[in-house]
Amino acid sequence: MTTPPAADTAARLTGLVRALRGHGLRIGPAETVDAAAVLDVLGFTDREQMRAGLAAALLRSDGQRTVFDAAFDLFFPLGVGTPEALRADPPSLPDETEPPRFGRPDPLRDRLRERLADALAADDRAAQARLAAEVVEAFGRYGTGSAPGSDGWSAHQALGRLSPETLLARILAALRQESPADLSDRVLADEIRRRIRDFRAQVSGEARRRVAELRGAERIAERAVAPTADRIDFLSAGREQLAELRRTVHPLARKLATRLAARRRRAARGRIDLRRTLRRSLTTGGVPLRPAYRLRRPARPELVLLCDVSGSVAGFADFTMLLVQAMAEQFSKVRVFAFVNRTAEVTDLLRRGQDDPARLAARILAEAKVMGYHGNSDYGSALGEFAERHLDAVGPRTCVLVLGDARNNHRDPNLDALRRIAGRARRVFWLNPEQPALWSTGDSAAPAYADVVEMHSCRNARRLGELIARLLPV
Amino acid sequence: MASGSSGNGDGTGFFTSVADTAERLATTGYLASTAVATTVFLADRLGKPLLVEGPAGVGKTELAKAVAELGRARLVRLQCYEGIDEARALYEWNHAKQLLRITAGRDEGWDQARGDIFGEEFLLTRPLLTAIRGEEPTVLLIDEMDKADVEVEALLLEVLSDFQVTVPELGTITASRRPFVVLTSNATRELSEALRRRCLFLHLDYPDAELERRIVRLKVPGLDDTLAASLVRVVGALRTMELRKAPSVAETIDWARTLLALGADSLDETVVRDTLGVVLKHQDDVRKAAQKLTLA
Repeated sequence: MTTPPAADTAARLTGLVRALRGHGLRIGPAETVDAAAVLDVLGFTDREQMRAGLAAALLRSDGQRTVFDAAFDLFFPLGVGTPEALRADPPSLPDETEPPRFGRPDPLRDRLRERLADALAADDRAAQARLAAEVVEAFGRYGTGSAPGSDGWSAHQALGRLSPETLLARILAALRQESPADLSDRVLADEIRRRIRDFRAQVSGEARRRVAELRGAERIAERAVAPTADRIDFLSAGREQLAELRRTVHPLARKLATRLAARRRRAARGRIDLRRTLRRSLTTGGVPLRPAYRLRRPARPELVLLCDVSGSVAGFADFTMLLVQAMAEQFSKVRVFAFVNRTAEVTDLLRRGQDDPARLAARILAEAKVMGYHGNSDYGSALGEFAERHLDAVGPRTCVLVLGDARNNHRDPNLDALRRIAGRARRVFWLNPEQPALWSTGDSAAPAYADVVEMHSCRNARRLGELIARLLPV
Repeated sequence: MASGSSGNGDGTGFFTSVADTAERLATTGYLASTAVATTVFLADRLGKPLLVEGPAGVGKTELAKAVAELGRARLVRLQCYEGIDEARALYEWNHAKQLLRITAGRDEGWDQARGDIFGEEFLLTRPLLTAIRGEEPTVLLIDEMDKADVEVEALLLEVLSDFQVTVPELGTITASRRPFVVLTSNATRELSEALRRRCLFLHLDYPDAELERRIVRLKVPGLDDTLAASLVRVVGALRTMELRKAPSVAETIDWARTLLALGADSLDETVVRDTLGVVLKHQDDVRKAAQKLTLA
């Protein structure tokens, strides 16, 4: 990278900081100044050094790293337009200019796949980076270029044409032939899969960089940079994002646990008990030498979770269950009930499921009686069944969390059942993964339920953490 | 902007460039990635404390030791634990000696005695004060910061931002020579925002395969190169499994030593099955890994 003028650097740096703030990272002006000092010390010769240096000055935890990396690539791009390496040494394009049609040979694609297979087999990062650029250049462009804003670069389109996943078997076969059999070969397939995944990310990054050139880095950073795990929306999370979310369970649980423990310690310290202090002071001639404290021993709360595990909100319930399970020490007793339209206790399933959190939701659906003769959520009958059969789980020390979107498929909401539960419990909170604006739309019974118990919108892990820390009576 | 103008005077001045940092760390046996070398260099140059976070056993403490060794600096270590307080971290008065002094000089007036017993002679300096008062180059290692209570963090804020400590009886003591400060944390507790803001942040993760192979070769010189490569690959695969305790670099090295001692020349099923316990610390994990690696 060449040295840009100072004003340009400042603009890029503040742009980067703004983009990161937009994704929820708290970065103050002092950190921005530090970051500028970092660039000043390091110079612009080595991009990886710049990346590491800025990360050291701006980031506060590892979870922020992916957001940072994506934003860094946008504001401090590798180059402009077609990458220099490609311009210096353009790949020979085949003469064929007609667009490929189904069933016709596609020599350009075949050649790129060939080279990619080699690069992946050799784990050659430089070659992969170059290929990512070439692939985007060759297959990623869309639109006509005549109307501004109608054209762009698509990683999805490029990867669809190339389909790197289908190379796996070929690379495996080639590598196994080369080297003698060894136990480490058993992990080979996973390694190659990971390399393919990295390559896909490289292509996405390259496409993003080129789109950013067309539309401006700030706008792209706003939309195209994936959020940090704790801000992934429960309802729209994909499978991989849910897996990532699951990895944040334990750190989040630890964080909450310290917060709750500190609160409990403070609460246990107690106040001065005036009556006992005075009585004690009689032995020392009326001078209160040893103050007596009113010790409070706050009991750990019992917790009952009542989770909708139907497809639409399973990710949310799943994550919350894992979180509560990880925090089990903080409660004297935790019982978890799951429902779709029938209610069943899944506490044991959850306890046994510690090894394999990924399949928890599937196991609950398969092993617990949570579904009647149809598969739609029915909050009314689920709450009713809980109030009929499991109400003994709820006592005056119990805090009940109901998890679900309250979308009742236009059935009877059975508010009475919820009232009965609320009548016995210490507190009842309803956590709803939908945003409040949607609560009164369609088949949602949320407003009705919200009249009976406190309902909070809880769309991502960060919010869930805040809610649990605030609501639970520790 | 003149290059290196800001903060230049505050730094510890151990290194001249990132490349220099990496090279000199390597001479002490610490192989650093670009990210590590860059951050260490910046901490040195900008004179800011370095907060190193990451899983256990990836070399957080080693990093501080390596910097101390190559800077020929004194390593002052504050090991944090639950309940550590000001007296353990900063300074305390030597009460026994003070009492002796008072009883020895019975005839003098109170004012004189009071002036005397709060002097240098009766001050017991603990790690933080020691590091600040030191005249020679110093590396201050505050280990496992997350184990200490929140109150200690507040105490550290003054020390880390201004490099000064206030002792009521003696006044404010300011560092004549800034120590190179490394804080480590396993993130069992969330550190306060205020503390984090004063530090450069480095997440020290498991090294990539290439770097880890070099580390293994350096620490266990007798090991065959291809065996080291296979070993690192298997450990890398273990880390991607959802285990209770993922193996760290320390475990890779242990495993390499074990294999060397057993005289194994390749990773076959029997060897792995017999030695998996060296890398994995829970029976569940061993079972899961064996299943995944399809060991009989």
